[in-house]
Amino acid sequence: MLEIKDLHAEIDGKQILNGLSLSVNAGEVHAIMGPNGAGKSTLAYVLGGRPGYEVTGGSVTFAGEDLLDMDPHERAAAGLFLGFQYPVEIPGVSNVQFLREALNAQRGARGEEPLSGGEFLKHAKEQAALLKLDMEMLKRQVNVGFSGGEKKRAEMVQMGILDPKLAVLDETDSGLDIDALKTVGNGINAIMRKPDKGVLLITHYQRLLDYVKPDFVHILSQGRIVKTGDADLSQRLEAEGYDAVMAEAA
Amino acid sequence: MSESIILPTRKDEAWRYSNTDALAGMDLGTFDQWRDIEVAEGETFRDTIVIADEGDAVSDATELRRLRIVVRKNATCEIFGVIASGGLGRVEMVVMIEEGGHFEFGGVTVGGRDTTREFVTRIAHDHPNATSNQVVRGVHWGQGTGNFLGRIDVARDAQKVDAKQDFKGLLLEKGASVNSVPQLEIYADDVKCAHGATVGQLDEQARYYMAARGLPPETARKLLVRAFLGDAFVALEDEAESERLMDVALGKLDKHL
Repeated sequence: MLEIKDLHAEIDGKQILNGLSLSVNAGEVHAIMGPNGAGKSTLAYVLGGRPGYEVTGGSVTFAGEDLLDMDPHERAAAGLFLGFQYPVEIPGVSNVQFLREALNAQRGARGEEPLSGGEFLKHAKEQAALLKLDMEMLKRQVNVGFSGGEKKRAEMVQMGILDPKLAVLDETDSGLDIDALKTVGNGINAIMRKPDKGVLLITHYQRLLDYVKPDFVHILSQGRIVKTGDADLSQRLEAEGYDAVMAEAA
Repeated sequence: MSESIILPTRKDEAWRYSNTDALAGMDLGTFDQWRDIEVAEGETFRDTIVIADEGDAVSDATELRRLRIVVRKNATCEIFGVIASGGLGRVEMVVMIEEGGHFEFGGVTVGGRDTTREFVTRIAHDHPNATSNQVVRGVHWGQGTGNFLGRIDVARDAQKVDAKQDFKGLLLEKGASVNSVPQLEIYADDVKCAHGATVGQLDEQARYYMAARGLPPETARKLLVRAFLGDAFVALEDEAESERLMDVALGKLDKHL
């Protein structure tokens, strides 16, 4: 589904990704862990096509197409969802308006019929319920006045509504209390744990992985993947720390 | 009477950022046409002013609208306007508010190329306990200019007056400009006069966030501009009318950007 080969990328002339390679197949959940500054968020933004992140080498293929050749909104329509570490506030635009326009733009790009207002609301209601987010929240302006935890739950509701093929979730667990973490974890499973979908979970901590069990865990350091293992690897990281586990890899 | 009228120049305070060249050759008689509105005691009056192109035509004509408004005791006057046409499109309002009266104004200027579109208001608060609220938003591109010149005079006896003025400009391209000149002359000591003015560009973070959810750049921009302009029509309770004004403004953007 996602094939990253020897990816090099920089921001403001500073090299952040140094030959990163990774494959995510349909039905798999991959976790990416790594110390601060390893390039985790950069990887997410490069995949999402954020302006300012320049790819200087390598390739990324998504569902058989050159991902790097697509504009950000085309990537979304192709089925990529980027969960933001810091979801953005958009004053004056309601969640319902924003997501309906977004979903219908994606559907249009794929040659599908747009959803009517009623169909959309029904769909949105189901996804909000899954994440235990009050439907009233969705009528409010996008992320304006939302707490940190509400923003992250709202991100997952967006994911549920847009129903992507691949989700790249950048520290979706940060800012969540214990109950919200469980809700978000269960939400990710319900929406994305399917044979035709893939997940790339970027996280600092084991705790989200207690709910969303990864098939593979990768350690990212200095812009490349230095070690890959199964779910046990994240538990060892939690117990022993990056230094110990990476020293062994070297 | 028209012999006594002299065309204004940019030296005149109320024409400082205007395009006075657009006035050359104008019939001085037309120049002195005023529409008078008087809102009787306790009544409410609402009107909308739309200066817009017809169909796909683009007019470079000079469009002037001048209103003289008297708001009698405890009356309310609400004016909402969009200027989306004219090489020079200008709406002037001179408003006198009596005791307990309220004047509400929501205005939007949109335009590109080398157009100038402006609202010029002068509010005379000569009487106590009256209120006024003005919200103006300008969205401009190309070499377009949007102006809001708002003068408020509060007389010595006009205690407890509350006069607000709020302007925001959004520049979609380099070369466009907006000007805001709040002018407050206050001679009473127990009044509230608030004014604010900001100029900015579209929020890049919001644009990327919207793109990441699948919105093409034009759709994202339209949603953001709609949200920005919406402030000017918040006080307009007639939703259909509010939509109509919004459509005029956004239609301009759609066709010419």
